[in-house]
Amino acid sequence: MDGYLSPLLVSLKTVAVATVITFILGVGAARWMARYSGWLRPLIDGLFILPLVLPPTVVGLVLLLTFGRHGPLWPLLTRMDVNVILSWPATVISATVVAFPLMYMTARGAFEQVDGSIEDAARTLGAGEWRVFLTVSLPLARPGIIAGTVLCIARSLGEFGATVMFAGNIPGKTTTLPVAIYFAYSAGDTERALYLAGMVLAMSFASVLCLAFFRKPRPRTVTLVDPLQEGLPAA
Amino acid sequence: MNSLKKLALLTITAVLLAGLIAGLAGCSQEEEEAVTLNVFAAASLTDVMEEINGLYTGEHSSVTITPNYGSSGKLQTQIEQGAPCDVFISAGARQMDALQSENMLLTDSRRDLLQNKVVLIVPSDSTLGLADFNGLTGASVTRIAIGDPASVPAGSYGKKALEKLGIYSQVQSKLVLCTDVRDVLTHVENGDVEAGIVYETDYLISTKVKKVAEGPAEVNATIVYPVAVIEETENAEAAGKYVDFLFSDEAGEVFEEYGFVLVQD
Repeated sequence: MDGYLSPLLVSLKTVAVATVITFILGVGAARWMARYSGWLRPLIDGLFILPLVLPPTVVGLVLLLTFGRHGPLWPLLTRMDVNVILSWPATVISATVVAFPLMYMTARGAFEQVDGSIEDAARTLGAGEWRVFLTVSLPLARPGIIAGTVLCIARSLGEFGATVMFAGNIPGKTTTLPVAIYFAYSAGDTERALYLAGMVLAMSFASVLCLAFFRKPRPRTVTLVDPLQEGLPAA
Repeated sequence: MNSLKKLALLTITAVLLAGLIAGLAGCSQEEEEAVTLNVFAAASLTDVMEEINGLYTGEHSSVTITPNYGSSGKLQTQIEQGAPCDVFISAGARQMDALQSENMLLTDSRRDLLQNKVVLIVPSDSTLGLADFNGLTGASVTRIAIGDPASVPAGSYGKKALEKLGIYSQVQSKLVLCTDVRDVLTHVENGDVEAGIVYETDYLISTKVKKVAEGPAEVNATIVYPVAVIEETENAEAAGKYVDFLFSDEAGEVFEEYGFVLVQD
């Protein structure tokens, strides 16, 4: 058995990459959906949230069938000489898929709270959509987005079901902390399982503490509104 | 909109109620005076035990068998943690030894039931042209599925085979460690890996894999499946009769049909 460090490193690497990807995809999807009101809205919304309510084994199965030898992506992947199944990228994909709904839901809620008239004000002042997003919407939605990111980190750290099916158990490559705990328990090595569980416990608790810290009640900021209103041309 | 919400609420309530009633009905059925035997069996026995348990309950209508299949190591841990188990059939002697040393087996109930051997398999459409275990060291083989040697007997025998052939250190980084031997078989069948190490009997039940080589004879000779009644059983008599049945000619024929070799007492 390799040391305790290897599953920790695999987990940290996976969580880091998965969180970055989830952040970009989740915030992007949330921003888009917060303003989209077409008839497909409930359908897309449901699809985005689905991995949260599905058992991770179902997610794992779907990923296996999608990326597997008989899956739709196989011809493309073989042409690129890539095999995702049972490889490190598979741990990232599993973690991303299960963490995405948390990022998406929290960020969407935050964007929906943002007063649309402030964004419109920025537009009338000549700001492009990117600038509006980066300098107005994103800062105003910040608490929600931070909360979403922390939840993402916690969820991807804890991901087990889809990972063990889709990425397998390759020590040093795909053996994340939860996978290592399961195999240590199976082997009757309770001491190792406990040790690894302690690591997860410490990290999860730290991320929840982070969340509590960022959620600290703070004075309502209204200052952003004033300069904009002052800058508005008299109609 | 309001009536739609009512309908949704009604549907959810109905589904939950139906589940509750079904659950309660299931409980009350167990009240009958009957024996339920919890039989924990190694994953490699899944198919053959389904058939044998069917035979046994067909002859003994008062007995219900609740099987639990998994890697022998996991089953051992579950038994140690107090999972209700009457009979344990392990794929490795090591797991049974551990339980014996903890006095968790009914005295003198342990017997060796079956023999098996490990084999190297590849997907039936494999084009790598592997000829023996040594071919695993080649660059064209990137992933080899094997049971986790720490908890899966087939994996620990597989590791011994690789060590015996002197190639373990060369292929170690390619090993995908699986939860049980059937997991290995599935990965090879699906082509997720280029090769895998399973029991002869697992290879025989699959139509999607082909056998490349058998493990070294010295290793295969050590593969025995011990069976024992667990000390904490409340149905020692029924469990003993069930184990006797496993050693009967009738059960023996089924085991042989699936490729197992019977241990001659």
